Amino acid sequence: MRIFRPSTRGDYLMPTITTLRDAVAEHVHDGDTVALEGFTHLIPVAAGHEIIRQRRRDLRLVRMTPDIVYDQMIGAGTASSLVFSWGGNPGVGSLHRFRDAIEKGYPHPLAIEEHSHGGMSVRYSAGASGLPFGVLRGYTGTYLPQHTNSISTIQCPFTGESLAAVSALNPDVGIIHAQQADRDGNIGFWGILGVQKEAVLASRRSIVTVEEVVDTFDSRVRVVLPSWVVSAIAVVPRGAHPSYAHGYYERDNSYYREWDEISRDRNSFDEWLQHHVYDTEDFAQHLAMTPDLAGV
Amino acid sequence: MTMVTQLDIETDLTFTADEIMTIVASRELSDGDVVFVGIGIPSTAANLARLTHAPKVVLVYESGTIGTKPTRPPLSIGDGELAETADAVVSVPEIFAYWLQAGRIDIGFLGAAQLDRWGNLNTTVVGDYDNPTVRLPGAGGAPEIAFNARKTMVVLRQNPRAFVDHLDFITSVGHYEGHDSRSALGAAGGGPSIVITDIGVLRPEALTNELVLVSLHPGRTIDEAVSGTGWELRIADDLATTAPPTAAELATLRELSGS
Repeated sequence: MRIFRPSTRGDYLMPTITTLRDAVAEHVHDGDTVALEGFTHLIPVAAGHEIIRQRRRDLRLVRMTPDIVYDQMIGAGTASSLVFSWGGNPGVGSLHRFRDAIEKGYPHPLAIEEHSHGGMSVRYSAGASGLPFGVLRGYTGTYLPQHTNSISTIQCPFTGESLAAVSALNPDVGIIHAQQADRDGNIGFWGILGVQKEAVLASRRSIVTVEEVVDTFDSRVRVVLPSWVVSAIAVVPRGAHPSYAHGYYERDNSYYREWDEISRDRNSFDEWLQHHVYDTEDFAQHLAMTPDLAGV
Repeated sequence: MTMVTQLDIETDLTFTADEIMTIVASRELSDGDVVFVGIGIPSTAANLARLTHAPKVVLVYESGTIGTKPTRPPLSIGDGELAETADAVVSVPEIFAYWLQAGRIDIGFLGAAQLDRWGNLNTTVVGDYDNPTVRLPGAGGAPEIAFNARKTMVVLRQNPRAFVDHLDFITSVGHYEGHDSRSALGAAGGGPSIVITDIGVLRPEALTNELVLVSLHPGRTIDEAVSGTGWELRIADDLATTAPPTAAELATLRELSGS
């Protein structure tokens, strides 16, 4: 294991603009630590499907809010462990595949490394900064440190205050979805920004799916990731569905509600998995089977 | 003028459990408060306060939207309307570090699966952690909100499964083990100042910080509150009755919720 060093400009002078299939085949390997980020907005769902489709196994999945996309990946058996801070179907309820894995070990046991949002965001920031750990004021009195090895305490050398220390996150692959790439392979996004920038900068390799490639960025672009920190780009319109891409399409709230029914039962989930992921060539074919897509 | 009169006449003054909880919670917010809210009743209550008595209340969601003014209660903390109507949109590391941890939040507004007499919250697991009976979603932003907001409000239906004598897991710290044990942990904020249920209102008692019943909602009884609580619930000497929802509160809430 080497100490984390970010990719250099020479590694990815110009990211490959490729298909999602090729990007996942090249950059996501069995046993990797993989982070898919996007905080309710710009969730890289298409990339999650492609990882399932290519039947990756034994992944250590990292995500602050494992929601529908991780429910699918866990239910499909891609993961052996999960690093997270909140696992639910936002505004709806439980994640049934996630719960089945933790409570019943189905389809196989899932080890968990559990944090709070504050802790996870500090871990990503530390990882992006090339530091071995980060500090925050929290966790004291909670039971989380008893169960999570990546939480400890440290005394401030200046004030003596006892603070929580959390180890840095440096995934093998960071995957995000963005609104736009320009023709030079720079990535631009706006709206709710989440922890996507940190996830890419903390990771050894990165894949970015985008809604489209443009000549000039939209004036609303708030975060730009220079091309040379990105390993591969794939154009996947609606690649964040059922989450949303600000300025492109809205959150498909009814899909989140419907997922509750699909995922509740192992058989109906397996049927969904076969029909929507294994039997499809790509995300566009899955979307074509999803009626009533909300547009902007 | 006739519009207002008609509204008053037509507003059905009977209310649901969710409505009274939301309205009591909204009354607790003062104009200008900076409130860190989660989805559900906290979000609806904060928006109700903004549309009634506290137009300058500042809504902050953990998705990084500051000063947001949604017209409808969002389904998730990251709905697009929150970003579109916000004064500022910042990243997740920034919202937790610069805004919450640094002490810029007056009131943290939390729900939970379970709570104990000290206002500690469990949203992690029922049963053994490694072999859970029920796996809950986990911490989210709640531990830091509970630790760092100047004070917190908790909204939770009162029944023996939720109001328990002993928590299987402390996800977010309230008054910890009572008395001054919370400040001894180094918590920056003051902890829970109120717990609003479908039956009444609990507040921490001076000195001990144990939650006691201070108010019953109209039509609810002490017996209901006691039997809805898994520990020996103490009742305030000056137990009050919650002021019933006004027609204006109910009408605004129902318009906001689209019901």
